[in-house]
Amino acid sequence: MDATVLSGLRATEPPRFPALGVSGLAGSSFKHEHLASILDEGRQRHFFEVHAENYMGHGGPPHRALEAVRRDHPVSLHGVCMSIGGSQPLDQAHLARFRALVARYEPALVSEHLAWSTHRTTYFNDLLPLPYNEATLSRVCDHIDQVQDAIQRPLLLENPSTYLAFNESTMAETEFIRRVAERTGCGLLLDINNVFVSATNHGFSALEHLSQFPISRVGEIHLAGHAEQTDDEGDLLLIDSHDGPVADAVWKLYEIVIGRCGPVPTLVEWDSNIPDWPILKADAAAAQAILDRNQSSVRHAAA
Amino acid sequence: MLPPEPGFSSYTTFAAALIDPACATPAIVTGPASKGAVKRYNVYRNNVMVSLINALAAIYPVVQRITGAEFFRAMARFHIRATPPNSPLLFEYGRDFPAFIEQYEHASLMPWLSDVARIERAWLDAYHAADAEPLPAAALAKFPQEKLAELIFIAHPATRIVRSHFSAVTIVASNRGNDPVDRIDASTPEDALITRPDLDVMLRRLPPGGATFLESLMSGRTLGEAAASALETASSFDIAANIAGMIEAGAFIDVVLGEAR
Repeated sequence: MDATVLSGLRATEPPRFPALGVSGLAGSSFKHEHLASILDEGRQRHFFEVHAENYMGHGGPPHRALEAVRRDHPVSLHGVCMSIGGSQPLDQAHLARFRALVARYEPALVSEHLAWSTHRTTYFNDLLPLPYNEATLSRVCDHIDQVQDAIQRPLLLENPSTYLAFNESTMAETEFIRRVAERTGCGLLLDINNVFVSATNHGFSALEHLSQFPISRVGEIHLAGHAEQTDDEGDLLLIDSHDGPVADAVWKLYEIVIGRCGPVPTLVEWDSNIPDWPILKADAAAAQAILDRNQSSVRHAAA
Repeated sequence: MLPPEPGFSSYTTFAAALIDPACATPAIVTGPASKGAVKRYNVYRNNVMVSLINALAAIYPVVQRITGAEFFRAMARFHIRATPPNSPLLFEYGRDFPAFIEQYEHASLMPWLSDVARIERAWLDAYHAADAEPLPAAALAKFPQEKLAELIFIAHPATRIVRSHFSAVTIVASNRGNDPVDRIDASTPEDALITRPDLDVMLRRLPPGGATFLESLMSGRTLGEAAASALETASSFDIAANIAGMIEAGAFIDVVLGEAR
């Protein structure tokens, strides 16, 4: 990170941040290479999402950058490595770090994934899929209960993009997610790109999937780009790559969802091949325009 | 170990093949409508391996610049298979990579490469270390001259020392940017001091005896004891210059009068 951008932003005591909401807002991933541009622009109608793990070091430039951004903007804290879908107990040290970040940055939104990334002692650094059955359902609910107890607020659980299925699954993903939300009281982060990717990869209708999704519990929406590969049979296999613009088909699904559930805070994710700030900002502005057109839509109950 | 929970074994099966290319696609997974799952499962294999190689490349940019991307990625792949991460904090990963490089057969013609990696690992530790205000230049002035030998210094959380039998500091310093690098004589032993007084990580080459001196101070020994052990290793050790250097580098955050021994 360019330290000159941050000089003069000395953190001498724990900062107190303004209470900024995300209602009806679009936002984008916060990338350190955009910090100078973001600070130049001052307070905007925009929120920033960060991956929690990148701020689990003790100090240094990452925290200074996030403090600077948080002073003017709402922040969404997005956990990537909690391994909520794993088959073993949550890593309590990791949970404590996550709780500390929630306390420190007072984020407007807090989310994690329906996936696993750690098994035994190995951390795989990917959002790995889980079978959907009664055993995994009760374990995921236990894990979410623990997280919500720790952070003392509801968690938003994100639906995954997947490339395969498990023979031992006994229920559809939408049923699994609905039952998790009912049992734990958690909210949901609806990643529409993930729905589109999974629908293509598993041969189901994205629209039908969305109609079965417990949309009234959605507290945040994700939009992102995907890449194309092929499966064993040579058919299209979509990869949730976060390395390009949001696909037109995903924008269309997004408009349908927003028309149905009102202006839910929406994040444009971009995690590799990161473009210059104006490009990412323009994608967020496109989402904001759709949100603004639907500001008057009635939300189907905020759960 | 806790007894395995229900369904544990299918996770174990799924996990085992992720970083072991000799394992077949797990039979517990499938594509839709009885489609195959080989390429589908390989998406996860690829995500895991590529993201971990990228993580090591981000921690060790100078090693990668020196070896070239192809060499680096092959070496990283071997290391990841042998020693995958055991923490979700990837900026903590790769602590065993310098030792791996040291015994990596194809890197044996670059005996200094592991020390280059040690400096880069220390650089990242300094980057993420807790913030602290370094000792001001005038900090020693308040102590009477006859008590100076009894001073004990408290290290800044970012401060690291790496000793090398090779010119590891010069190699790292010359390769952190993208500028072309002249030929470096790698045979001069160099010790590195890594500090982060504020936001910028700083890398300096320590003078003779400097590493012994600072390591003694960081382990809690008095200034007098540290200077004595530095003089034992290097008769040219210059105490005034070393004190000035360590203050300027922001290596310490406090100084107290220790018990006379």
